[in-house]
Amino acid sequence: MADREERRFAEISRESVKFMAESSGVELGDDVAALLAEDVCYRLREAAQSSSQFMRHAKRRKLTVEDFNRALHWSNVEAVCGYGAQDALPFRSAKEGELFFIEDRDVNLVELALATNIPKGCAETMVRVNVSYLDGKGNLEPQGTVPTAVQSLSDDLLKYYQQITRAILGEDPHLMKVALLDLQSNAKIAALLPYFVYVISGVKSVSHDLEQLNRLLHMVKSLVQNPYLYLGSYVRSLVSSVMYCILEPLAASINPLNDHWTLRDYAALLLSHIFWTHGDLVSGLYHQILLSLQKVLSDPVRPLCSHYGAVVGLHALGWKAVERVLFPHLPAYWANLQAVLDDYSVSNAQVKADGHKVYGAILVAVERLLKMKALSLSQPAEGGSSGHTGSVVGAMGYRVSSPGLSPPPEPLSEAALGIASHLQAGGAGCPWEEWTPVPLPAMYCELYSFFGDSLAVRFSTGPGFGSYLPYAPSQLGEARKEAPGPASNPDTTRKMPQLTANLNISPRHDGSPRTDPAPPSLAATGPGRSLTRSSTSTSSVQRSRSCSSRSGQRPAGLSRDVFPKARFTSPQAGIPAFTFLIGGRQMGRRCQGRRPFQTTFAPTPPLPAVPPRAYAHKLPVIGRVGRPVRRWACSCYSLHLPL
Amino acid sequence: MAYVRTTCAKCNVFDKKCTNNQQASLHCRRRRRAFCCALDDASSVRTNRVAGSCAVRVLFFFNLAHAHFILKMAAVQGGLVDANEEKDIKSEPANDTWANNNANDGRLPSASPGASAAAGGNKTAAVAAAAAPEDQQTLLAVLQFLRKNKLTESVEILRREAGLPEDSLESKGADSFCGDQECYYGDDLRILSSLSKREHMRGNETLLDFRTSKFVLRISRDSYQLLKRHLQERQNNQIWNIIQEHLYIDIFDGIPRSKGQIDAMSGSLAGEAKREANKAKVYYGLLKEPEIELPLDDEDEEAENEEGKPKKKKPKKDSMGSKSKKQDPNAPAQTRIPLPELKDSDKLDKIMYMKEATKKIRLGPDNLPSICFYSFLNAYQGLTAVDFTDDSSLIAGGFADSTVRVWSVTPKKLRKVKSAADLNLIDKESDDVLERIMDEKTASESKILHGHSGPVYGISFSPDRNYLLSSSEDGTIRLWSLLTFTCLVGYKGHNYPVWDTQFSPHGYYFISGGHDRVARLWATDHYQPLRMFSGHLADITCTRFHPNSNYVATGSSDRTIRLWDVLNGNCVRIFTGHKGPIHTLAFSPNGKFLASGATDGRVLLWDIGHGLMIGELKGHTDTVYSLRFSRDGEILASGSMDNTVRLWDATKAFDDLETDDFTAATGHIHLQDNSQELLLGTYMTKSTPVIHLHFTRRNLLLAAGAYNP
Repeated sequence: MADREERRFAEISRESVKFMAESSGVELGDDVAALLAEDVCYRLREAAQSSSQFMRHAKRRKLTVEDFNRALHWSNVEAVCGYGAQDALPFRSAKEGELFFIEDRDVNLVELALATNIPKGCAETMVRVNVSYLDGKGNLEPQGTVPTAVQSLSDDLLKYYQQITRAILGEDPHLMKVALLDLQSNAKIAALLPYFVYVISGVKSVSHDLEQLNRLLHMVKSLVQNPYLYLGSYVRSLVSSVMYCILEPLAASINPLNDHWTLRDYAALLLSHIFWTHGDLVSGLYHQILLSLQKVLSDPVRPLCSHYGAVVGLHALGWKAVERVLFPHLPAYWANLQAVLDDYSVSNAQVKADGHKVYGAILVAVERLLKMKALSLSQPAEGGSSGHTGSVVGAMGYRVSSPGLSPPPEPLSEAALGIASHLQAGGAGCPWEEWTPVPLPAMYCELYSFFGDSLAVRFSTGPGFGSYLPYAPSQLGEARKEAPGPASNPDTTRKMPQLTANLNISPRHDGSPRTDPAPPSLAATGPGRSLTRSSTSTSSVQRSRSCSSRSGQRPAGLSRDVFPKARFTSPQAGIPAFTFLIGGRQMGRRCQGRRPFQTTFAPTPPLPAVPPRAYAHKLPVIGRVGRPVRRWACSCYSLHLPL
Repeated sequence: MAYVRTTCAKCNVFDKKCTNNQQASLHCRRRRRAFCCALDDASSVRTNRVAGSCAVRVLFFFNLAHAHFILKMAAVQGGLVDANEEKDIKSEPANDTWANNNANDGRLPSASPGASAAAGGNKTAAVAAAAAPEDQQTLLAVLQFLRKNKLTESVEILRREAGLPEDSLESKGADSFCGDQECYYGDDLRILSSLSKREHMRGNETLLDFRTSKFVLRISRDSYQLLKRHLQERQNNQIWNIIQEHLYIDIFDGIPRSKGQIDAMSGSLAGEAKREANKAKVYYGLLKEPEIELPLDDEDEEAENEEGKPKKKKPKKDSMGSKSKKQDPNAPAQTRIPLPELKDSDKLDKIMYMKEATKKIRLGPDNLPSICFYSFLNAYQGLTAVDFTDDSSLIAGGFADSTVRVWSVTPKKLRKVKSAADLNLIDKESDDVLERIMDEKTASESKILHGHSGPVYGISFSPDRNYLLSSSEDGTIRLWSLLTFTCLVGYKGHNYPVWDTQFSPHGYYFISGGHDRVARLWATDHYQPLRMFSGHLADITCTRFHPNSNYVATGSSDRTIRLWDVLNGNCVRIFTGHKGPIHTLAFSPNGKFLASGATDGRVLLWDIGHGLMIGELKGHTDTVYSLRFSRDGEILASGSMDNTVRLWDATKAFDDLETDDFTAATGHIHLQDNSQELLLGTYMTKSTPVIHLHFTRRNLLLAAGAYNP
């Protein structure tokens, strides 16, 4: 009988029963064990069947241990203790034999008891109401399906559609602005959504026209920001259009005079914006995006502008993305980039310029990665004390900006700010224990081996170190000199020593096992490098093989125009924002008027535990109210219905 | 109280675990269930067999035509419960049904024939079991024949009946039939196929259901005669015996049904309902609305809008007048069920209702309701039940952590009544005494009610908003005061999880149903049930009052819906057709129709008067947890686990229907497959199962659910 059923049910063998009996000191005969085994199987099945009833009545899809225990309780069996966790328990397989078991980690109670990051308790259960679906007529079309024919649109809608598309793609910038604004706030355009999405998917046909691409991207932004639209599965389509702008070698980029870099930057920001606000609509979106970015990055045949797009895309998706995709990929990629940068032939000049763009983008990305990582390490330790956040803000307060550059146009920086805060919020909120990150010291060592001092300088200005707060702006030079040794600061929290140790060690680290990507050649590009290290640190750096030649060639005071932003000019301590710019080779030729990629940091404190808001962007919606993110602040989204 | 210890199959294994004897006996005791079945249908009593000797469950069938009999029984039972509790503080929850059992033994010798019949029943089953394997060849031939003739149910029941005894005698198991069966029998088959021992058979409730009740088949006379003739020709007496013993064949005159029609009605654990079970007259009409002095209404109206809408007042008055004058011919007598007198506050509420009703939006296919979603945030503990008050001023949630939470959804905060000492101080003659008794200090947006010791599965506000009922896994129903926010009464009697409870639309009475397969009717001022409605073959999963309070509907895991007469406790309707446990029911506002939703994701519509299935709404992809008709009954809203709210054109579904005497006689009609035409809209939520729906008095649709991150 056992063989009949083992196809359908879990079986407990008589050996198991015997074994269990032995472990409690009872000797069982074969027949008794067989009987018992069969009976236990039956009881288990019965309990499983009745436990499903508890699941159904709790209106859940997932059968929990609690359900099973209730079933056991009602059949007079003691409950199984110790498995009450809400999350699924992962099964591990043992190498020897087909054995599966539940991982049972030791819990260090001492550590738990002395932990300073006391978890905030669950937020209070509450009810919030939103009018999800007004007037019966506007939305007969179930969202997410393509309408059968244009005729299903009312005349008004059709007219609106024509006007809007004409305005956006037309010549008049003022009209465009009005149209975009309306697209952003109009509550009744749900039925038109598929059409707009279709228009936007036209990016592929206008890849020669930067202006049009830009306009289409703005259209995406407006649609995404419209709180009344439920994008649903259209998110995927929008994302693919935006990804096209980020990654593809556009026809427009053949002409070096065309500033397709800005377009890519903007598209990357837009991508992250879409992702953070609507990512939950499409499952696996994040993963997909990462995959396609990674694919581009790992494809050496692709032009550098595509690589650039991939890097800024990753950067915009947050430092986690950088850590996961860019960082592991960097060693392989570095060789290619190096080769490009090393080629001094005239014919290569344009490509090399592009290469510098990529270099700059990578630099910015990894720097933020390091900063955020340091921040994420230091924050849990500090337990979100107000003093700490204050210091971070203070530390971030230095504005790092390029000397000769005018501040970038407002809209861009605004968007950047918004997205940066999104990224950080998302970064802090997303579950990141699932994969083992490279520890910060190792990461820093590795990155340092690529970037050398330029990285070090930036890192030393990084956020999260209370040590920099006391220095007056005038002392900043000294501060930077002492950058590798913040251990001198006694105020650092207990996580800090670790970190400072890295900083001490990393410049000295001699000959990392990693193959060095031909530093001498890079050094040749380095005459303009603006590294303002004092001689003390230089000596330590010189020991580093990777940087020796670079630092050796460094003429004191001569700034390299490639990376001028590494210079600290009059830091404005008062502004709680941290801006850094990427410039490539082109930064020197400012005449081209290219807007540098700028990221502004407003270091958000670790989510101050306002779960209703944290979840607000995932609130249930019916019909076409979409994107609730920040608009449904508590004030307008309350328990009371304005009836 | 003395109790008899008998061997308890289920506990045998686990007795080892029990270190002391007392504990073991408690186990046994709790296993026991007594079932009091009030079946008016004499034939069903005759045909049903009682498997009492299984000792796990004792079934008693009473022919209870008289309601007072139940009452008397309830009183007896109540008395014993009392005695139990006095004797034994930690009294087992099962004690009172056990007491009931004892009482029946002692006082009702008429019940003993049941026990002897039980032994007989068991024997015949055993005979069938022994004989079955010998005749397998014949059996298979018949099965093939039946399948050829599209008699799917008979195929299935034959297979089951044949397969079942074989199960216990090894050879071949029920699981080998799974592939041939309709998917909706999968659950039953899974249970049956897990059986392998005679002892297990005795303890298995599903198996007992099959053995104690006949599987009902509806066959046209022609088909039946063909089957009979075939069996006689082949001299398959064995098969014939099985059919005789385990099937109830309900023969109707007329054309044999199509496969679609058969499929529509099948699915229940015990086959289709017998037609005579649905023959009783049901007074589905609405009760006459009490006369309410409209002058007061006029005054208010005038005071409220100075602009004056004299035009509007007239017709409303007329409509009210005409409605109250004409007595619905299908309505029960006004005093058929004693209903509580209207209090002044109730009258005020009625007036409010009428005023609101004038502002009601007339819904229709071209005028769909707006939907508001009440999302429960941070409900990590698990939201299990939601209810709104009729005027939509309060929302209550039942949670898996045993709490009940009440929120005010208007700016008016929830306040408690002052303490007794403070109440003494207030001036009782003042006009605003009702306001003065409230304690401002306790004002808050929400209140938490602690008291249950298990997840709260059912929740219901009283129509006057003064009380709240909650039913829980701990086997109790609690009545809470919304003035003091304390528990007033704990109604014990179910002893097993109580899945649902609901107040009568007129207040005072309430109905509950749970795992013990018995629905109970209670009155708030009685701690024992007034009626027990027994007959379902599995858990009662949802309960609903008819708008006229004279009937209650119960849905069950046996995949049937039953309608019970509150007056005499009779089962007056049995609806089959769902393919999964039924989780929600809704009466149309005119009382004529019933809608039901189940785990199969379908919504079925029923005509109560004729006892017919009249519609099938397909569209949901997961369990339908809530159904609600709009205030005028034009729109049916359904909310489901699949995170959607769907709106259906109820008017069309009911109007398209032709029912004449003939269809009523055959018990089925031709169902059109018009779900797509009836579907008016599908509205997605963001990963939030919709577990409750409610139409406000102005026909705004409120939906509620907990966001599942």
